[in-house]
Amino acid sequence: MIPAQFDYARANTLDEALNLLAQNEDAKILAGGHSLIPAMKLRLMQPPLLIDIGRIKDLSYIDEADGQIRIGAMTTHYQIESSDLLKRMCPLLPECASHIGDMQVRNKGTIGGSLAHSDPAADWPAAALALNAELVAVSKDGERTIKADDFFVDLLTTALNPGEILREIRINKNGSSQAYVKMPHPASGFAIVGVAANLIMNGSNECTSARIGITGVAAKAYRATGVENAMAGSQLNEAAIATAAKHVSDNTDINGDLFASADYRRHLAAVYTRRAIQTAASRV
Amino acid sequence: MADKYVGKRVKRTEDPRLIKGLAHYVDDIGLPGTLHVAFVRSMYAHARITGIDTSEALKVPGVVAVYTGKDIATKIGPVPCAAALPDLKVPDYRVLATDKVLFVGHPIAAVVATDKYAARDAAEILYPGVELEELPAVVSIIDGVPTTPVIHEHFGDNIAYKLTSGEGDIEAAMKAADRIVKQKMIHQRLAPIAMEPRGVLARYFPGEEELTVWSSTQIPHLLRTQLALMIGIPENKLRVITPEVGGGFGSKLNVYAEEALLGWISMQLGKPVKWIESRRENVAATIHGRAQVGTVEVGIKNDGTITGLRYNVVADLGAYHQLLTPAIPTLTGLMLSGAYKIPAIQMNVTGVFTNKMSTDAYRGAGRPEATYVVERVMDVIARELNLDPIEVRRKNFPKADEFPFHTATGLDYDSGDYEAALKKALDLSGYQKLREEQKKARDNGKLIGIGLSSYVEICALGPSQAMPAGGWESATVRIEPTGKVTVLTGASPHGQGQETSFAQIAADEVGVDLNDVTVIHGDTGIVQYGIGTFGSRATAVGGTAVLIAIHKLKEKAAKIAAHMMQCDASRLSFEAGCYSKQEAAAAAVTGKSEPVVPVGEGPAGALHEVPTPTNGRNKITIQEIALAAHIAKELPPDTEPGLSATYFFEPKNFTFPFGTHICVVEIDKDTGETKIIKYVAVDDCGKVINPLLVDGQVHGGIVQSIGQALYEEVVYDEQGQLVTGELMDYALPRASQMPWFDTDRTETPSPVNPLGVKGVGEAGTIGATPAIVNAVVDALSPYGVKHLDMPVRPEAVWRIIRAPEG
Ligand SMILES: Cc1cc2nc3c(=O)[nH]c(=O)nc-3n(C[C@H](O)[C@H](O)[C@H](O)COP(=O)(O)OP(=O)(O)OC[C@H]3O[C@@H](n4cnc5c(N)ncnc54)[C@H](O)[C@@H]3O)c2cc1C
Repeated sequence: MIPAQFDYARANTLDEALNLLAQNEDAKILAGGHSLIPAMKLRLMQPPLLIDIGRIKDLSYIDEADGQIRIGAMTTHYQIESSDLLKRMCPLLPECASHIGDMQVRNKGTIGGSLAHSDPAADWPAAALALNAELVAVSKDGERTIKADDFFVDLLTTALNPGEILREIRINKNGSSQAYVKMPHPASGFAIVGVAANLIMNGSNECTSARIGITGVAAKAYRATGVENAMAGSQLNEAAIATAAKHVSDNTDINGDLFASADYRRHLAAVYTRRAIQTAASRV
Repeated sequence: MADKYVGKRVKRTEDPRLIKGLAHYVDDIGLPGTLHVAFVRSMYAHARITGIDTSEALKVPGVVAVYTGKDIATKIGPVPCAAALPDLKVPDYRVLATDKVLFVGHPIAAVVATDKYAARDAAEILYPGVELEELPAVVSIIDGVPTTPVIHEHFGDNIAYKLTSGEGDIEAAMKAADRIVKQKMIHQRLAPIAMEPRGVLARYFPGEEELTVWSSTQIPHLLRTQLALMIGIPENKLRVITPEVGGGFGSKLNVYAEEALLGWISMQLGKPVKWIESRRENVAATIHGRAQVGTVEVGIKNDGTITGLRYNVVADLGAYHQLLTPAIPTLTGLMLSGAYKIPAIQMNVTGVFTNKMSTDAYRGAGRPEATYVVERVMDVIARELNLDPIEVRRKNFPKADEFPFHTATGLDYDSGDYEAALKKALDLSGYQKLREEQKKARDNGKLIGIGLSSYVEICALGPSQAMPAGGWESATVRIEPTGKVTVLTGASPHGQGQETSFAQIAADEVGVDLNDVTVIHGDTGIVQYGIGTFGSRATAVGGTAVLIAIHKLKEKAAKIAAHMMQCDASRLSFEAGCYSKQEAAAAAVTGKSEPVVPVGEGPAGALHEVPTPTNGRNKITIQEIALAAHIAKELPPDTEPGLSATYFFEPKNFTFPFGTHICVVEIDKDTGETKIIKYVAVDDCGKVINPLLVDGQVHGGIVQSIGQALYEEVVYDEQGQLVTGELMDYALPRASQMPWFDTDRTETPSPVNPLGVKGVGEAGTIGATPAIVNAVVDALSPYGVKHLDMPVRPEAVWRIIRAPEG
């Protein structure tokens, strides 16, 4: 369990990190190291250089500005889990964070690292999709904003270009009802299925619109648009929710593994989607 | 014995150093100039080695040497198997693969370098230099003995041995039955996963021609003997030290290729060499456990009386025999009578070679399989006859006055009261109420299941007649000149807490403070030959050796005391570490006795305080006697100086702990997930030296049982690839998944040893598994389910629940 040889550079500023990244095509950004280092130890990844962005001061924060919540990429899972601001304004985030790994993992791992890694069973991507997050990427050429919908491209692949660093996650405040539910893998703790539900409801127990993010089920996290469509304008009763939830795997290639075959996972996805929506609806 | 400590919840004296990180495991031992070893291991299950090019690896800076199977084939003896079975086929198990690799993880080459990083890098570079011609693999035994390909070609087939065991006329017994119940059961492969993986540090002293091997093992002396034979070094020039050992569960009750190879390399290079197993190596190349597929047939009368039991089983041995591999299923055969009177029992076992890591002793070692077969089938019988599972068990229990009780597996159970343990567990769990609640829950569409298991296990392994290499245990007890008591035990505790429990025995028996006792183990340079810690034997056999060694020591101490107090030894009484003349003892009651050095307040005194002459004294402490014995000025004639005694205890029988576990589960109908909502364990391990340690053993054992019942399985795919090669895939149970354990005990002393103890190290892994599976099957009984194989994963349960819906 020893990685191949690599060089290490600590960036003190974002500019420094971007310069190093521009000069070293195969370099990898080191955030919390809780996905990267295990992969390196197994020699599945052998980057020649790690650029540590852990000491860059202005990458770890949870703020409010212009009607948006802004979270620095280096903010740890634990900081999000314990943020009072988020518990008030966007409870899906702390709830999602609480499902990640154990305390040690949550103290080191970062939201930016998890999103940039795009593990098919990671929790954050589901939340980012459900919350319609905007992801701010910077490179030497400047900054751009990527919609969560466009960010997760494939297994371990995102819309980040070489030379780009994920700097910030932005979420619009919209007073929605939210929930994250998850069935963890018994060994890894990653999601067999994880569902983030974000509902806009009106006063008469009706769902105006819904965004549902799903992880653990397919090669990448995705939005269950079939469920969203079925929910939009629907009453939030048990039958309607259960019917809508069945659409969770429409047009999706489902993963199967030792623990859960594709059939079973499809079923679980529907069960957990139902539970996520029910829980969110109960939190008006 | 004045029980000041025995029977009390004394906190483990080992714990402060462990908790503070001050303990020394093999990897914590650093010697200057140490070289590091990394292994190149097969990524194939079965392949022919057609060539190895080590040249690239040798170029890596820091690499000192590379060894392959061809280099060492004639220089190091084979990995030993101590199991002696009739007509057993024993493959030649070289420490590095020579012609073929036979399992994923099979070591092919050893790279030695000045640091572990260079060693690892060079091993990565070497692997492509190994030319392997992949062969089809023998993997599954689910459908019987795999015939092709033949793994060890010269044997002609994959059968290592066939054995029939048991007593009684099984055919007649089956004929006498009203009906026969039959059930196939799979005992899946498990990985022991000790917290500390294996590790070896070897240092050769060229001048002294001595080799010291530090190894994370459960059997330092047996390892020394075997390594001496393998490497060809005189046994008295070889010292094996087990520093702190972070768990074993049987996986370190073995002699491994790496241990011999490291010793040999150190002798070749004249430098210390170290290897610490990685977790991936640990899952692939440390022994596995269980791995049996069998069918049990039980003849029953309509009232539930069992007439006979037959178990036909195929045991997956893996590619080679490790130390006890073929013997493990024979332990299953021994325990097939469970807690019941069964007039005729037969086991037919076929041990087969597969392209996998060897199976061997994993906590319980063959007995969990037997208990699972018996306790699972008791529930199948109950269903068949529409009886409460308790009734079937009660019907077949031997009564408390029927002990010693002979079984049709050839054992004599020492003592027991199975009904008492069952009753206590039923009361503790509120069984009747649970059944009512279950009925209500069912009416409300909930799936609740109640399972129980009334197990018996075989402990205190064991009489030497029944063991491959000695079943006794040794102890030396010394009282040092300053009055401190040193216990040297041949047992090799690695988490069980015998530094504490043996000190409790010694402190009470010698009559000193617990802090005055030190228990030393795990160093063949210091401790007399011993057998080691496994088979729930350390206290029953090793603890007894300590006790009897102290008795011997006290015989001598009493002689010296009598001499010092100028009286006859028969006039002495001994209490709380103090010999008194009998009149003096009487005087003590009236408060007229002389003051004695209070026990527990440090040493008996510096040399100048020697109480000589002792004329006129009526009391003398054993610690004072120790000093006198060493100064040797005032000893009775013909008395050896010094105060120490050694005893090798040979037990006359095994011991047979028992108990009843009750498990209640709730199943999530939506997902098939099983949640344990109540767990009650009533265990009877005879006399208890330290209830805290017993609880700890029971808890840990139940956790591992929950692991087997619900989560764990070593999975090889059809090509023999190891699918669960790390803890991201191999599902160990976690603290957060554990229910509360309600534990209690009954106490039926064992007549086999003077302590009356039986053993408890494996009870949890033996008794609990069937209780859990029985509970799951019970919960699913509305669906007509009679049996489910382990691990009972949610998907399997879900498939049953949704089946009626189509
Ligand atoms: C035992 C264990 C259990 C875990 N359990 C869970 C779980 O239950 N759920 C879950 O979701 N995750 C889990 N994780 C993963 C954990 O959440 C990681 O922290 C996370 O996936 C990656 O974040 P990181 O900060 O550690 O990133 P790193 O490991 O440092 O980086 C991951 C990847 O992202 C890149 N990267 C990092 N930051 C940036 C950035 N700002 N811009 C561009 N690229 C970047 C890196 O170059 C690397 O390729 C677990 C991890 C462990 C070790």
